[in-house]
Order: sequence, then structure tokens, then C-alpha cells
Amino acid sequence: MCRPAASRDFFDPVAMAWRIFNMFEAEADLVLEEGPLTATVVSGANRAGERSKVTGKDYAETTMWMLAVRDHRDKVAFGRLFDHFAPRLKGMICRSGLPAAQAEDIVQDVMLTVWRKADLFDPGRAQVAAWIFQIARNRQIDIVRKERRPVPEELRQVEQTDVDAAQVLALEQETRALRAALKRLKPAQRVMVERAYLGELSHAEIKAETGLPLGTIKSRIRLGLEKLRHELKGTDRK
Amino acid sequence: MTAITHHIPDELLIAYAAGSLSSVFSLAVAAHVSMCDDCRAQLEAHEALGGTLLEETPSETVAEDLRARVLDGLDAPVAAEKTYHRSGIFPAPVMAALRGLPPKWKPLGLGVRQMILSHTAEGSARLLYIPGGQGVPDHGHNGLELTMVLQGAFRDETGRYGVGDVEVADGELEHEPVAEDGPACICLAVTDASLRFRSLVPRLLQPFFRI
Repeated sequence: MCRPAASRDFFDPVAMAWRIFNMFEAEADLVLEEGPLTATVVSGANRAGERSKVTGKDYAETTMWMLAVRDHRDKVAFGRLFDHFAPRLKGMICRSGLPAAQAEDIVQDVMLTVWRKADLFDPGRAQVAAWIFQIARNRQIDIVRKERRPVPEELRQVEQTDVDAAQVLALEQETRALRAALKRLKPAQRVMVERAYLGELSHAEIKAETGLPLGTIKSRIRLGLEKLRHELKGTDRK
Repeated sequence: MTAITHHIPDELLIAYAAGSLSSVFSLAVAAHVSMCDDCRAQLEAHEALGGTLLEETPSETVAEDLRARVLDGLDAPVAAEKTYHRSGIFPAPVMAALRGLPPKWKPLGLGVRQMILSHTAEGSARLLYIPGGQGVPDHGHNGLELTMVLQGAFRDETGRYGVGDVEVADGELEHEPVAEDGPACICLAVTDASLRFRSLVPRLLQPFFRI
């Protein structure tokens, strides 16, 4: 951890603000947001000359920001993504034992990669957090090991006109359900999940860890997975 | 091409998503996921969970100037990074390991050839070329070995492995793989075993283990 004492974090006003913000946001996940906020989500549909109207209360904020970055190179939206993810990324990277300064270098690299590779973001396949999680893992390994991590081939970009708002929303719904399922785990199980998914267990340890509630997790993501499978079957490769 | 029936075990997909998997096993995961939609979907589901944990990770305050540094970097020119594409039977991650060049095979006897892609303290990765109908004498494994078929097929006591299939062999498996008749069987083989001389192994096959 970057900070030795949890108590200091507790009294840190910035951290406190983040916690409150997070609590608020978690609440917002569960209730319908109100207000007439309407945004035009710019997907490739626009490039084809059509406009698909999606209301702001339908897509998660982070998805909206990411689409604005992808389609409009919107720096204000990027700034919001930075404010949301940079402290979390630093927390996650510090947890893996790197000193704060190096963690920040990696955060910087990850956020710049998010900007540069924005065109690969497909909200029908991955939530913003999952997409950034995967970039962070790749960049951290590349930087720390000073070698390029083997990565799967990119799927050919789905024609943006095919991006289906219903699918994006279904994926967001699955992710919320997954988050809720995680919250219901027993503390010991939760710890094991974090250790497995944040890189603190080897594959052999993951296999041997009978307390890992993979069944719970899988039952939550199965629906989204089936959907994803179906989508992938029809996708060509480069 | 027949459907892929032998997949990457889930614990390896999780370890890959989490970033804790060694480089040679990561190569096998990346190569298989490039060819297998089921495992891609499974991996992306694990990444969804990773993303959820990222959302819930306690924040660490970042330096005040970090935001400005990142925003300033948005318009900075970047050198295009070298990318590799699938070529013939080799998916992009294998092409990256080959640095974009065709394999340089070294004969191992009996028509069997290999090319070592990497060999480090944490394991080794190599390509194997086994002529159709040719068997590889009985052998065991020191650690975990993943063998993914890129061309042709082989069979052993545990089943048939066609293009895209991955055989997972641990220390307990003793097997006698035989390449199917027809085109040569070309595989990507990765292992974390310490590759060392084993006197029980037929002399001809020592290079398999010693590399």
C-alpha cells in the first residue's frame, strides 16, 4: 500500500470526499436517476448520418464520458474519467506493492493509453471500468517487467452502427448485479476474490482455493457471457 | 476446422486477467483466446469482475500535478508501436513472439523440429513440428505444460487435439502423443518446468527436455 496507516486515509478529507462520492454513486446505481438530462450518445450511427438518442439516465456516467472521448476527443469528458479512475488506479496499483511515485507513472501511462486507444472501446462488450482494468494490467506488466505482455488479437471493430443501446444497457445491468453479488459475499470470500483478481494469487493457488466463490460470480455473469458469446460468433477478425 | 473442445482452464484465465500469470503461460492464453470465442468471452467476464473491483478499490490521492501532466500529454506525438497480425496458422501473439518472422526450425530427430521462442527462469515457450503419423515417445512432465495445436492434430491417452485445442499436462500425466496422418502437427508448447536432463528419457528425445 502507498500509505502505511489506514487511519490517516480515514481522516484525509480528499479520501473522505471520495468515499462519500462513491457511496452516493453506489446508491445511484440502485435507484432510477431523475431529471430531464438528455444527451445524444455519439456512436458510429452518427457517422452514418443517423442519430440515436439515448437519455443520460440510461447509460452510466463513465460510459457517456468514454463515448465522448472516443467519438469527439472530448477533453472535458476525459478529465472526468481521470478524476474518477486515477485515484482508484493508484489504489489498485499501490496494492500490488509498487511505491507511490512509480504507481503514478503507471496511472499516467494508463490514462494516456485510454485516450490513445479510445477507438477500441466497445460499450457493448466491456464496461469502462473493465476496459480500463485490462489496460492497467497490460501497462503495469509492460512497465514493471520491461517486456510486452502477450495480448490476444483485437477483434475487428464492430461497425459502430451495430452498437445496440439495449445491449450496452444489458451489460451495465449485469455489471451492477455482479457488484451487488460481490457485496453479498462473506468477508473471507470477498478477500479471496480480491486477492485472486488483483494478482495476489498464482494460478495454482486460485485452483486450490476452495473458498473462492467462483460459482456465485459465474452465475451472475452467465447471462452477459451468453450474450457476449453470441455477439462474438458473428465477428470477423483482422 | 472443427470446433475447439479443449480450453484454457479457468484459473489460468483468472490469473491472466489479474496479471499474475507468467509470460510464457500468458502467451498460450493470448494465443488461445485469439482463436477461441468461448474463452474470450470467459476472459472478458473475468475482466468485468476486475473492473468492478477497480471501481470499489479505495482511492489513493494522486499528486496535484498528475492531472495536468496527463492532459498536457494528450496531444503529444507518440511513436507508433509495433503491432503484429495473424499470419497463416500463427495468431498475432505467436507472431509477436516470432517478431514477425517465419519460424526457424531446428531438427530434433525423427523428423520432429522445434523453435524456442523464449526460455527464462520462469519457463519456456517453443513451437513444435511433428510430421503426420509420427509419435513422440512416452514422456512425463516436471511442471505444468500447455500444448496448443496450430496446425494438424494429435491424439494421446486423453483424447484428440485439433487446431485451437489446448492440452493441459501436469506432473501426473504420462502420455504418448501421436500426430494424426496428414499435414504435420504444429504446436505451441509452454511449460514452467525447469528444463533439465532426465536420464530416463530416450536419448534421442533429450533435446525436448533440455532445450
